[in-house]
Amino acid sequence: MRHVYLDHQASTPVRPEVFDAMRPFFTEAFGSPSSLHRHGLRARDALAQAREQVAALINAESPEDILFTSGGTEAVNLAVKGAAYASQRKGNHIVASAIEHPSVLNSIEFLEKQGFTCTRVKVDAQGWIDPAAVRAAITEQTILICVHHVNHDIGVVEPIREIGEIAGERGITFFVDATASGGWLPIDARALGAGLLSLAPHRFYGPKGVGVLYRHKRARLTGILHGGVQEGGRRAGTENVPAIVGAGVAAEIAAREIPQRSTRTASLQSRLWAGLNAKIPYVQLNGPSLGPRRLSTNLNVSFEFVEGEGLALMADMHGIAMASGAACVSKALKVSPVLTAIGLEHTLAQGNVILSLGQDNTEADIDYVLEALPGLVTKLRGMSPMWDEFERGMTDSVIRPRRDDTAPARGGKTSR
Amino acid sequence: MSASYSDRVMDHFLNPRNVGVVKDADGVGEVGAAAIGDVLKISIRVRDGRIAEARFKAFGCGTAIAVSSVTTELIQGRTLDEASRFSNQEVIAALGGLPPEKMHCPVLAEEAVKAALKDYLKKNPSAGNA
Repeated sequence: MRHVYLDHQASTPVRPEVFDAMRPFFTEAFGSPSSLHRHGLRARDALAQAREQVAALINAESPEDILFTSGGTEAVNLAVKGAAYASQRKGNHIVASAIEHPSVLNSIEFLEKQGFTCTRVKVDAQGWIDPAAVRAAITEQTILICVHHVNHDIGVVEPIREIGEIAGERGITFFVDATASGGWLPIDARALGAGLLSLAPHRFYGPKGVGVLYRHKRARLTGILHGGVQEGGRRAGTENVPAIVGAGVAAEIAAREIPQRSTRTASLQSRLWAGLNAKIPYVQLNGPSLGPRRLSTNLNVSFEFVEGEGLALMADMHGIAMASGAACVSKALKVSPVLTAIGLEHTLAQGNVILSLGQDNTEADIDYVLEALPGLVTKLRGMSPMWDEFERGMTDSVIRPRRDDTAPARGGKTSR
Repeated sequence: MSASYSDRVMDHFLNPRNVGVVKDADGVGEVGAAAIGDVLKISIRVRDGRIAEARFKAFGCGTAIAVSSVTTELIQGRTLDEASRFSNQEVIAALGGLPPEKMHCPVLAEEAVKAALKDYLKKNPSAGNA
């Protein structure tokens, strides 16, 4: 059976060069970077190099602006809580987009229980946040603005440059969660006016167990893990040297390969979406249309009358790995909050799958998926009471209602 | 994925039994809502006080489909009295257990069976006393 991995937003394989660079730091160069002796020195040198490699990827002013954490989630927790605590004498108000990753939104929820307040700025039907709405949400008490670069579910690229300018004018710390875009889109932390910016190396061919928080020297930050004086006193705990070395190499490769990664995945993305749209009726792309406002690796698709988890499970039996934002996938039994925030109809939110491409996917992979998926959707529709009712004319399609059947097909252009 | 889905669940999911709607059904039960993730529809034919045929349609996750499939197998051949005591625990046992976050699926299946029986009794009021 062919195996096609289309869940790169969940995680990517560690590149062989990355793995090779990491290996010595498990066994021979195992020293703690805090140790005085030569073993410590070698580890310190390795950390310094990784800091430089990551700083170069995001155009940080200095390698000292790079903090290593245990992962993207910790980087985000440190950014949100650390910035809020550091500025709590100035104010207690946070502005965030309504569709941030749970690590952001749940950190804010935690802070709200301690007296902080938050305005969650609504997004449009494509998940786009209007910079003017961010500006309008700012109060005299605002100490932090959190807007992600790219959304993890629907791939929308947010206008962070404009929001960074607004934050800069008002002297408010701007945190950009770039865990979904790091290694795939060019990021210039300085040009963005980001005070804080998070990355997750395992999303761009680096290892798990390491995260990155960029901190501009003017951004105030209080540590949330207490212990020794590692990472400039902002993140206690012996550094995960092998993983940090891997993150550095992954960042260096990404800096070199971003242009080809984008071109490659954009071409596969377009082939996959065009094929799904042509081969399967009643299918819809959630989030922005393909192009500069959408990450080139992401397709979030709803198949009407079927449920996403069932489809993803059946696809797995055919060697195709994909994700779903349907309620059944989450242990909370709730559909993805992002899909709710963009106002997606319940049934379409339930029928949603996320296909995320990587640079190693091939045209043949995409063609295999396009061969297999239509049959699986047909099989699930054959079991679906909603499809049955639709076929018998008792209900209508949300994606393409019958009353519109005389109009040109969705997405089609009228020729004159 | 196989860690959270037993072989029996996967078997019923990939090779579901009794998919469809009973023609001129004597009773139909449809429960759940797409908004919460699952819709189960069970239709039955009753002959001589027994469920002679049961079929299902399901919109839902792999477990919802497997649960519906095994439910139709379990209730076929039962008397109406036996079917009225149908319990979600039988479904869980027949599938070799289910993870905690999927326990709403067999509950929904029990409700669908009971709704189908209720529908039958509404159409055949005398059958309830038989």
